[in-house]
Amino acid sequence: MTRRVMLTSSLLVAVAVMLVPFYWLVVGSTHRTAEVFGDPPPLLPGAHLLDNLATLESTVGFGRVVLNSTLIATLYTLLAGLVCTMAGYGFAKYDFRGREPLFGLLMLGLVVPGQVTLVPLFKMMLALEWLNTYQAIVLPNLALPFGIFLMRQSMSALPDELLSAGRVDGCGELRLFWRVVLPPMRPALAALGIYLFLYQWNDFVWPLIALRTRDAYTIPLAIASLQGANDTDYGAILAGTAVAAIPMAILFLLLQRHFVSGLLAGAVKE
Amino acid sequence: MTALVERAGAPPAHRAPSRRGWTGARLAPYLFVGPALLLFAVFKLYPIAWSFWLSLFKTDGALQTFAGAANYRRLVADPLFWSALGNTVTILLVQVPLMLALAIALAVALNSPLLAVKGFVRLGFFMPMVTGLVAYGLLFAVLLNPQSGLVNWALGLAGVGPVPWLTHGLWAKVAVGLALTWHYTGYNAVIYLARLQALPADHYDAAAVDGAGAWQRFRHVTLPGLRPVMLLTIVMSTIGTLQLFDEPYVMTGGGPDNSTMTLGLYLYANGFKFFDFGYASAIAYALTVIIGILGVVQFKVLGERS
Repeated sequence: MTRRVMLTSSLLVAVAVMLVPFYWLVVGSTHRTAEVFGDPPPLLPGAHLLDNLATLESTVGFGRVVLNSTLIATLYTLLAGLVCTMAGYGFAKYDFRGREPLFGLLMLGLVVPGQVTLVPLFKMMLALEWLNTYQAIVLPNLALPFGIFLMRQSMSALPDELLSAGRVDGCGELRLFWRVVLPPMRPALAALGIYLFLYQWNDFVWPLIALRTRDAYTIPLAIASLQGANDTDYGAILAGTAVAAIPMAILFLLLQRHFVSGLLAGAVKE
Repeated sequence: MTALVERAGAPPAHRAPSRRGWTGARLAPYLFVGPALLLFAVFKLYPIAWSFWLSLFKTDGALQTFAGAANYRRLVADPLFWSALGNTVTILLVQVPLMLALAIALAVALNSPLLAVKGFVRLGFFMPMVTGLVAYGLLFAVLLNPQSGLVNWALGLAGVGPVPWLTHGLWAKVAVGLALTWHYTGYNAVIYLARLQALPADHYDAAAVDGAGAWQRFRHVTLPGLRPVMLLTIVMSTIGTLQLFDEPYVMTGGGPDNSTMTLGLYLYANGFKFFDFGYASAIAYALTVIIGILGVVQFKVLGERS
């Protein structure tokens, strides 16, 4: 009994420590910079969230930035979801020439660091005049090796009889994919979708290189760009950080199970 | 079309009636994997090859001249490259083992029937995973602000400090390490926990019958059971740490005095501040070689697992 109390209480203390940054994000984003760094610092939420958001709007055009992030992440999730799901299905359920070497080639992407492609991709986007566009961010990572790996794993669990039954019924291969394969895959698709959205919403280094004007920025770029000046407005930075982090935290609370299964399969990501 | 399909000898069950043309079973797999392969070739394979080509050129302003291995020779003699690698290795050798030990302890606790409020504990440790790297990096930079951050204020109440987080070489590394640990411990714990839950219960029962204490059960049943995923998490953390970029970028900018400079930051500075594409590509390739060696290990580990 006492061991039970000791274990539980020590873990509760640890959880409290883990949650301090989240709590302080809420507190800090609702105070002005001078208060954030006051002595003593504020311990309860304040009333200046809207002021901080207004500062963000006037300094980095935050409304546009949030719109960019939302559109890019949504577009990316839909397209990459389709590309990865199709590829995962193809590799899992068909026998064709070159299947194993081609899959191995894609999985090479798991170990080659993304940073090696930054310079060539930049030159490519420069030549195409695609810098500061959505397609510059969305296109390069559509064939995400981890997503393809995840979908191949999930698709192999699908019984072959289901497919043969569909074919006997005269279903074409595309219809088969759409009508027979995808419906039972819903949990895996949810996990993939969450993973892809989170990946793109939080992505930083490639957008930092490809998006060079303020009205093309995504949220991480905008909040990182506020830092460094002598009169850095930390209240505004924290408000922007809250906008970046809190929707994802809420999404996590609502869809915990899917998140964890997606992240767990992510045991082989990057 | 039909003739082609027949000559290629498609098995009858998969033969597509001609009215469905090229979406028939024979060509369907290429239709499904084609888009991914095409995109991968254009945006990954081609840049990877191009990057190597670029690394053989010297950049002088807009002018690029072939220089053979000159960029690599420069790299080997570049003290900043070595200190960036050294910083990464320091974090690797100190932060990664501590974090993984914490993650194992957490997974064991979450797997224990003695722990109450499991759901809440899990939540507290897993939530940091969904916070973006830039977001939590900035948050930690504010929390650890040396003059007036919350952490130093709290330490001050306990009579400690002020700690020169972010402004002192060693403490800046500690700060980055703390942030990394906050973000990734839960992630690793999820992996360990899944493994623990998959371990057959009769191992524990047998150990209990043999009268093994909690510590002995941990040493002789739990740890060996975790070994395959432990290798996996070690290799993953290694690869992740070698590519470290976002957190030091926003927390320290690589400073003070390059004490948190990483290979990723150095590559970025050369490529996109000095626009020395040749040298940046050479750094990228050095990074690839280091990670490639570890990647082979990763695939071996995964291969053993499945």
